[in-house]
Amino acid sequence: MKRDLTLHLGLVALLLALQFILPAYHHGIMSRVMVMAVFAMGYNLMFGYTGLLSLGHAMFFAAGMYGMGLSLNLWGLGVAPSFLIGIAAAAVLSLVVGLLALRTIGVGFMIVTLMFSQTIYLIILYFGRFTRGDEGFAIAQNLRQVAGVDLTHPEVRYLAAWALFSTVLIGSLVLVRSRRGRVMVAIRENEERARMLGYDIWRHKLVVVVISGTVSGVAGAAYGLFFGYVGASFAQVPYSIYPLLWVLLGGAGTVMGPLLGTLFMFYLIDLSSGVTDAYMLVVGVALVLLTLFAPKGLLGSLRERGLKWVA
Amino acid sequence: MDFGPHLLLAILEGLVQASVLTLTALGLSLVFGVMRVVNVAHGEFFMLGAVLAWWITSAIGGPPALAFVIALVAAPLMVGVMAAAADWLVLRRIDYDPERTIVATIGLLYIIQQVTLMTYGPDARPVTAPFNTRLALPWFEFADGGFQMYWPWGLSTTSYKLFVIAAAIVVCLVLWAIMARSRLGLILRATQLDGETAQAFGVPVERVYALVFGIGAGLAALGAVLVVPIQQAHYLMGGDPLLLSFIVVIIGGLGSLRGTVVAAILIGVSDGAISVFFSPTLAKILATLLVAMVLVYRPQGLFGNKPA
Repeated sequence: MKRDLTLHLGLVALLLALQFILPAYHHGIMSRVMVMAVFAMGYNLMFGYTGLLSLGHAMFFAAGMYGMGLSLNLWGLGVAPSFLIGIAAAAVLSLVVGLLALRTIGVGFMIVTLMFSQTIYLIILYFGRFTRGDEGFAIAQNLRQVAGVDLTHPEVRYLAAWALFSTVLIGSLVLVRSRRGRVMVAIRENEERARMLGYDIWRHKLVVVVISGTVSGVAGAAYGLFFGYVGASFAQVPYSIYPLLWVLLGGAGTVMGPLLGTLFMFYLIDLSSGVTDAYMLVVGVALVLLTLFAPKGLLGSLRERGLKWVA
Repeated sequence: MDFGPHLLLAILEGLVQASVLTLTALGLSLVFGVMRVVNVAHGEFFMLGAVLAWWITSAIGGPPALAFVIALVAAPLMVGVMAAAADWLVLRRIDYDPERTIVATIGLLYIIQQVTLMTYGPDARPVTAPFNTRLALPWFEFADGGFQMYWPWGLSTTSYKLFVIAAAIVVCLVLWAIMARSRLGLILRATQLDGETAQAFGVPVERVYALVFGIGAGLAALGAVLVVPIQQAHYLMGGDPLLLSFIVVIIGGLGSLRGTVVAAILIGVSDGAISVFFSPTLAKILATLLVAMVLVYRPQGLFGNKPA
């Protein structure tokens, strides 16, 4: 347990140190990777730890993003209240989706989450008067200030992304090592048996869906705020697939896996975009190869080879 | 136009959509029924059918009717072979695990789509219909002079659209005959009921799976070849058929072919009719929500009997 905590705090310290070392371009990518890793960590709680495969997490990301963006841009609320509204929007949405979708299991659950997410995307398009549809809207620089700190400044942005990432990383470490975390794994491994042992499966699943959706919403709100753009493309199917891919790549059911997967995929796409415009091809090939040869991902494979403590 | 003729036009357009949707959804339903896996790349096989039809017709040239007939046969066959190869190379190796199959077919979706983008390009391209006569339709009305027939302006369809509807009916009948009457159909039904027992009786289940996956994709491609003279071929055209096929298969009851046909006609016609009268986005929102609710509260579908 102690080695566990040291390892994760070490990762947090390393990311902080990178702030002073990285050249500007990679510095910018790292800020994005950390925010998206928060999204992936939220997804991982549901998919990796509880075994609930959602194909609609883009809706939670978008709920956070639009909750924040519309409050800030349209109603002129400050950064802090807007951010909280974004989180609240994602929390409420995940509660509603959880209550409905958890009535189904397996393939049904995947399709229902996919459809709810598609509905959210269409609703964003339908209210194009406010959301500006596919085009989206930019959040002006003068709105992205909180307590005299300029969130558009690259270094501030990096630190804010780092603080958010670190909080969620340590938070999910504590969660998955807690009693509740063990019940989550028990549900993933054998739901019937967990039920026989007297756990309220339905309630545990619902709590996980709400936590997972809310964390994804935090990532969405932060992404919109830090990078100043809110658009309907973030509510589309690819943004439900990305967190799945990142988590699968890094290792489902590992705490640091989501960051590794996100980092790896960002650089893979970055490198391939120099060669071709069809960068989604890389995503497709990665998904097929992962399911074929490494279903446990990078960290999962390491764990299988005896390095139990890294995961 | 008055309401009556307008509605007739909407239903006719809806029937054309329903025909294509029936073929596409039958493919998805067949794969789910026999193999118990969801093929997320199904829409991309549809798109491949349309793109190959463009490629074949423009490569052959000559009279559009001949080139079209060749495309109608060759494109679904090529797509079917590709799908069977994908099944053999990928799905067979992950043992048709339902969740991993979904992830793998999402991967296939992006591979097919992006390779098409790299080779075929981002343009939408038309295929010439083999025949396309405009047919005006009469309308009947009880006026004070009694029963009257007249030809409202704008109430018309084309011979090609009627051909699409007829072709879909023929394909459905052929598929039904194969499933119900032939030895192949017997093998398919046996595999669907219980794969392990079928294998014990000497059915080569792995090869049956590859064949079914190929036929399923071929049906989607066939629907696409039929629709491509009406709607142009584009590398992103697979999204809508995938979503609609999902809806149809769910409403019809997962794996039930009869339910699929009924649901496809129901949804194709109402989708066509609704989008004539209402905002298409709103119609889509309502349809998507409705289907999600059907899955939540009646997972066996509206026509299915067995609990899923």
